[in-house]
Amino acid sequence: MNGFPILSLMLLVPLVGAVGSLVAGGKAARQIALLATLVDLALGIVLWLNYDIGGEQWQFTERARLFAGFDWALGIDGIALMLTLLTVFLMPICIGASWEAIEKRAGEYYAAFLFMETLMIGVFAAQDLYLFYIMFEAGLIPMYLIIGVWGGADRIYASYKFFLYTLLGSVLMLIAMLWMAHAAGTTDIPTLMQYNFSPAAQTWLFLAFFASFAVKMPMWPVHTWLPDAHVQAPTAGSVILAGVLLKMGGYGFIRFSLPMFPEASAQFAWLIFTLSMVAVVYTSLVALVQHDMKKLIAYSSVAHMAIVTIGLFAFNVQGLEGAMIVMLSHGLVSGALFLSVGIIYDRLHTREIDRYGGLAINMPRYALFFMLFTMASVGLPGTSGFVGEFLSLGGIYQVSSWVALICTTGIILGAAYMLYLYRRVVFGDQKHADAAAMTDLTFRELAMVIPLGLAVLWMGVYPESFLAPMRADIAALDARVARARPPGDARWTAGKPVAAEAPHAEHNEGAH
Amino acid sequence: MDWQHSLLLVAPEELLSLGGLLLLLAAGWGGDKIARAASIAACIALAAAMALVAPALAEGASGPATSAFFGQFRADAFASFTKLLIYGSAIAALAVAPQFFDRYKVMRAEYPVLILFAALGTGIMVSASDFMTLYIGLEMNSLASYVLAAFLRRDERSAEAGLKYFVLGALASGILLFGVSLTYGFTGSTGFAGVNIALAAGGPMATGAVFGVVFVLAGIAFKIAAVPFHMWTPDVYEGSPTPVTLFFATAPKVGAMAMLMRVALEAFGAQPGVWQQIVIFAALASIVIGALGAIGQTNIKRLLAYSSINNVGFILIGLAVATQQGASAMLTYLAIYVAMTIASFVAVLMLTDANGEPVEQLVDIAGLSRTRPWLAAALAAVMFSLAGIPPLFGFWGKFVVFQAAVAAGFIPLAAIGIAASVIGAFYYLKVVKVMYFDEPADKVTGASDLPHKLLLLVTSLFISPLGYLATIWLGALSDSAAAALFHAA
Repeated sequence: MNGFPILSLMLLVPLVGAVGSLVAGGKAARQIALLATLVDLALGIVLWLNYDIGGEQWQFTERARLFAGFDWALGIDGIALMLTLLTVFLMPICIGASWEAIEKRAGEYYAAFLFMETLMIGVFAAQDLYLFYIMFEAGLIPMYLIIGVWGGADRIYASYKFFLYTLLGSVLMLIAMLWMAHAAGTTDIPTLMQYNFSPAAQTWLFLAFFASFAVKMPMWPVHTWLPDAHVQAPTAGSVILAGVLLKMGGYGFIRFSLPMFPEASAQFAWLIFTLSMVAVVYTSLVALVQHDMKKLIAYSSVAHMAIVTIGLFAFNVQGLEGAMIVMLSHGLVSGALFLSVGIIYDRLHTREIDRYGGLAINMPRYALFFMLFTMASVGLPGTSGFVGEFLSLGGIYQVSSWVALICTTGIILGAAYMLYLYRRVVFGDQKHADAAAMTDLTFRELAMVIPLGLAVLWMGVYPESFLAPMRADIAALDARVARARPPGDARWTAGKPVAAEAPHAEHNEGAH
Repeated sequence: MDWQHSLLLVAPEELLSLGGLLLLLAAGWGGDKIARAASIAACIALAAAMALVAPALAEGASGPATSAFFGQFRADAFASFTKLLIYGSAIAALAVAPQFFDRYKVMRAEYPVLILFAALGTGIMVSASDFMTLYIGLEMNSLASYVLAAFLRRDERSAEAGLKYFVLGALASGILLFGVSLTYGFTGSTGFAGVNIALAAGGPMATGAVFGVVFVLAGIAFKIAAVPFHMWTPDVYEGSPTPVTLFFATAPKVGAMAMLMRVALEAFGAQPGVWQQIVIFAALASIVIGALGAIGQTNIKRLLAYSSINNVGFILIGLAVATQQGASAMLTYLAIYVAMTIASFVAVLMLTDANGEPVEQLVDIAGLSRTRPWLAAALAAVMFSLAGIPPLFGFWGKFVVFQAAVAAGFIPLAAIGIAASVIGAFYYLKVVKVMYFDEPADKVTGASDLPHKLLLLVTSLFISPLGYLATIWLGALSDSAAAALFHAA
């Protein structure tokens, strides 16, 4: 693959597809969109297969001097590879979810989605600070249109809130980036990741980046745009929002905040921990009382993202690996859950939990898959959710027992609200005739949920496939932040050395 | 200093003056029948003038060789850069005029002549290196502009715009002249070079000289419509015929901004501390007031007027830092601003109802994306671009300006400025919302002629992400133009 610009090609395919969809319109648009996303998925698989685990840190690099002051520089490491794969995997499913639901202005709709895909891959592949910013910010435009044109009743308020909230978060990051490029004399991200800014400057830079990523993530208390945006967006919009867009915040922390400002990250770890603890408990409780299915899942996303942030700021390998797996897992699971909601929404056109009930009777296949995704969201062993949350919480336990304790309640509360949701929707009596008359999954819907289900199980049973490409990068990051690592609050003391001449005595003691 | 050299340096001005006078004679004998031919001839004259000024920019001309008439006039790369923008804008204002004025049967032959003289005056403004030349250029542009604003005689709003522009413009000219006389009194020179030397030598400035600087800047701030001298802009932009508004928002704005740069950096360049705080205030106030004022507007032209105030604020940030990088950033921003403004007003001109009457109310373009998808897409691109959202090219203008501010250490200024840009994003989004989210109002049904479509296509392509491919080229030209400004001092 040396020299072949596969990342540029991955950016180009959806862009060409977007123009094609816009021009073609109507039924042809969705076919073009599906084709473009499947080609990108195939390219993503090629990328994965050709990724050399244990090879160079940055692979598939490209660099062209196209612009004044910054380069068209692309390249991925294991972390970016995994998030890129998540993007290309979810996109065909998004197109599938919109196949029949979107009737008005289909050409523009699919064009917006394909444009979105280009920008998301661009965010993960960009190796230049300004290129990253452009891709990162540009995503606002298609998402604004997707929510505003094809969203629900309160779509206009939600689209404004989404746009202005995230824009305000990001603009200060631009000033920080300008300062960094000026101080370090380069816009190359890999170089900047090794550059040591003075701790005083780091504080300000960290806060500027934090403003952007915390909104994107989203962290409590700047999460309020998310439930609005999720509820009003069309199904596929919610899938992509939860699946990939939220990951940009986590990716930002792992790519910029931690390696570039390690001292400041340690300095503000208490802030991250506090916000995350509040988020886990508060948003889980809020999720418990929702009547709207999408809103419930949106709040659960905020809680899960808080598990990501504590894992990231645990400053150790387990925490970082856990955070990455939670991100990937949440991308699949929340996407799948929004899809599940969308499937029944398409039939009954309501997201009210009370309007459903007893779906296990008339929709057994649906009940099965919904169960799988519910369990994965709860974090049942054997699903992807368990691996990530376990690692993340294990990582934070080494730093702070209290944070670990409080954040673990999120798993219990998560089980409470998810199972409560599942019971009300799928079990119980068939209270409403129209809900009882709904048909089970069609072939198209099965084609969307089966790959998601398989991926969730794969990540749960054999996470090594996903951890292996990231291992070296996470180890490098761990080494980078080691100098600022805060001490753990557990006061470990060495065990009393046992007398060497009596090994069998110890053995006997253990047998008690 | 020989006359031949001087006359050669002002060749574009000579061409435009002769062209304007000839067209005036032709119009006098031929009447309104030749209006279209006169427009085409004026376009050719402007294009020829562009060809004449281009070499100076390509060579990066600067220094004494570019100085004409004993230091009164300067034909350097900086002047060339801005003149290209000015003449280009004038061509755009001529190209879109016939369709608009034919509707009212007032496509008169004076229109191209007035545009030509206004462009000539604006060109002299940017080339002036003496306050006297500056004033001549300014008045030449202004007098033509007052007539242009009132060109639709029978329309009350147009007459009001003309009168308002005249009264307030005359006041601003007076303020400027008062400042110039104070400056002359305290420095003993009206030439920029002489003023610069006098200010550099004297240590801290005398209070009277400071007042001179303040009055000069206040007079120019009126011309660029920076807060707090912006009040006339919405009324004049709304009332003037739209092709004239297009002209006002581009050519004189570029000219006044370039004139401000030359005055601040060449004449007063030795004492930046005196004017920097004024410029910082004007920049931040323009950004905020331009954004807040636009929120309640229902007329698209008024909204674009506030948008231009907002943009002037961002451009002034480049001046506030008083560095060569800042000046280069301003020029890049100006080039992008001109493209965005032409695109926005051409799009507004294309909004006509079935009878060809202009549609200017925001509610009337509701649902435009369903009835006229490409026009709506272009207008939406302009709005996102004006808001400075990447990947549209408007972002690049803000980017280079803030880059210059950060490089010069003005971080709080940059942070406040960029945070205030979010307020502006709100009303740009409103236009997109009306066009894309609302139910169609089906008002906009009229067709447009070829020049509109061509202009919109070219400018839209420039502000699209494709514009980034021009950044190296645009950056190099801006740098060489800005360097000329600093070498002259």
